[in-house]
Amino acid sequence: MLALERVVKEYGDAMRTRALDGVDLVLGRGELTALIGPSGSGKSTLLHLIGLLDRPTSGRVVLAGKDATDLNDRELTALRAHTLGFVFQFHHLLPAFTALENVMLPAWGDRGAPSRELRAAATEMLHAVGLGDRMHHRATALSGGQQQRVAIARALVHRPALVLADEPTGNLDTGSSDEVFGLMRRFNHELGTTILVVTHDPRIAEKCDRVIELLDGRIHAERTRSS
Amino acid sequence: MRSFEWFVALRYLRDAKGQTVLILAAVAVGVSVIVFLSALIGGLQTSLIDKTLGSQPHITLRVPREAPRPLVEATATRAIARAIQESPQRLRSIDQWPEVVSAAERRAGVIAASPGITGAGFAVRADAKSPIVVRGVEPERFVQIIDVRKRLVAGSFQLEGGDVVIGSKLAANLGVGVGDKLRVSSSEGLEDVVTVRGVFSVGNQAVDETWLLISLRHAQALYALPAGVTAIEVKVADVFSAERFARELAEVTGLRADSWMTVNAELLAGLSAQSSSKGLIEFFVIVAVALGIASVLIVSVVQKSREIGILRAVGTPRRRILLVFLIQGGVLGLGGAIVGAGLGAMFAKLFEGLVRDPSGAPRFPIQLEPSLFASSIALATLVGLVSAVIPARRASRLDPATAIRGG
Repeated sequence: MLALERVVKEYGDAMRTRALDGVDLVLGRGELTALIGPSGSGKSTLLHLIGLLDRPTSGRVVLAGKDATDLNDRELTALRAHTLGFVFQFHHLLPAFTALENVMLPAWGDRGAPSRELRAAATEMLHAVGLGDRMHHRATALSGGQQQRVAIARALVHRPALVLADEPTGNLDTGSSDEVFGLMRRFNHELGTTILVVTHDPRIAEKCDRVIELLDGRIHAERTRSS
Repeated sequence: MRSFEWFVALRYLRDAKGQTVLILAAVAVGVSVIVFLSALIGGLQTSLIDKTLGSQPHITLRVPREAPRPLVEATATRAIARAIQESPQRLRSIDQWPEVVSAAERRAGVIAASPGITGAGFAVRADAKSPIVVRGVEPERFVQIIDVRKRLVAGSFQLEGGDVVIGSKLAANLGVGVGDKLRVSSSEGLEDVVTVRGVFSVGNQAVDETWLLISLRHAQALYALPAGVTAIEVKVADVFSAERFARELAEVTGLRADSWMTVNAELLAGLSAQSSSKGLIEFFVIVAVALGIASVLIVSVVQKSREIGILRAVGTPRRRILLVFLIQGGVLGLGGAIVGAGLGAMFAKLFEGLVRDPSGAPRFPIQLEPSLFASSIALATLVGLVSAVIPARRASRLDPATAIRGG
């Protein structure tokens, strides 16, 4: 599904800072993996590289069999649109749009015009996350937990192979946090979606199949739930 | 359902209602100024040109001026001092004038050509004596050049035998009316008694005070030019092409050709200065409108940079983001222009109705043509689109990772 080979990411010109230092990582199909580590360890940088939002200084990122190293912006955008789903810590819904429109927007933006199928899929996803009765409400009219559920529906509506979740429960209370993670786990099982969750929450990490710990831009430790 | 670009663009405009209404109002005010000014100045210019050309042909063809001829020529052995004295200009007929009339009429863009004799003279009635301009014309051809028939204030446009039609001020000066007789003497020393059949007023004092229209045949007799004409007057479809036609006709016929544009060079310079002032005002209005739209959209891009980053992150191509902002610019331009064009037309009509001269005619005639609305709306929409280019490019080039991180 995803392979990173000797990925290095440096920032700055005169004073170069190495955020990632030769990361090798393989994510298999259907895995639910937690990425943990202290602030500044390179988690967000790694997530942006896997999400094709940034390019590595060196090394390769292979996603769904495609080497993203030499793709141009248009090809990267298309690959993101078809292969990836994103869930952000602050959900990042578009406040001017309803829950349903927010769920439809990624695929709509990719294709240009919405189809009946897309609307049906978005409606189904919102029902699946328990927001069937709130789909026509503006994003701003929903609670934090509800907004994050809409974000999960948005990330999954086009059935991506890989969902990247950047601290999806970081801004939620325990109840909402469990609810949101429960949904991700459910879709991971039901749809076979590979999910990579960046989290500071050990409760969430321990519920994942695999935990990768990042420290100073390197993979410091790795364990699976069975081990 | 709509395309992504239109849907997002319209939703963003709707979402920022206050900003949208303000910039629409600004565009509307700008466009209304342009429409109002154009209607007012266009109307004034048309009215001025109409008044000027109401008593003038577009082009007049005449025989070339007689050049002074040397009495003594210099030779190899004899140098001479020369004083050039202008030749007196005799009243001469145009050679082969029927062919010249036909040639002029055959040209595309020429509406009519009218041969005639123009000469000086006096009109006498009892003790009253007035200097006059005798215009011998073929009535049906002449009315196509200057529509005297439409400007009759008394009698009819009848020029048979000894009939004449005269200007209203000349009639007043001589104290004559329809049916009265006058004695006319020409500059050639010939005289005749004529009957006034009509009185006209073209609104030009010099014309109304001096013109006396008679039949061409009658004028030929008065000026001793049997079967001759001294001028051929031409009317063209596009009044501003008169100078070009004049040059062409001069070249083809070898005659002197004066267009109304040469004769009224000062008027044209005035109109041109007026148009330049209008253009300058419109330019600054357009710049203000463009800056308004651009600044609103730049603020919008800054406000929405995180959202744009999200859209880019989840797979929206750059060109769709670009289009979202271009559409907003175009819609602001178009919407404001439609409202502004209506407002401008309303103000112009109101102004026309308010300011009238003693006769009740509008002092500032307004010229509102569909092309003015179409061009103003098209211009404002284009300005909206162009103004949106920089914000749109900025939005489409936002780095999604930075936008999501930094907002």
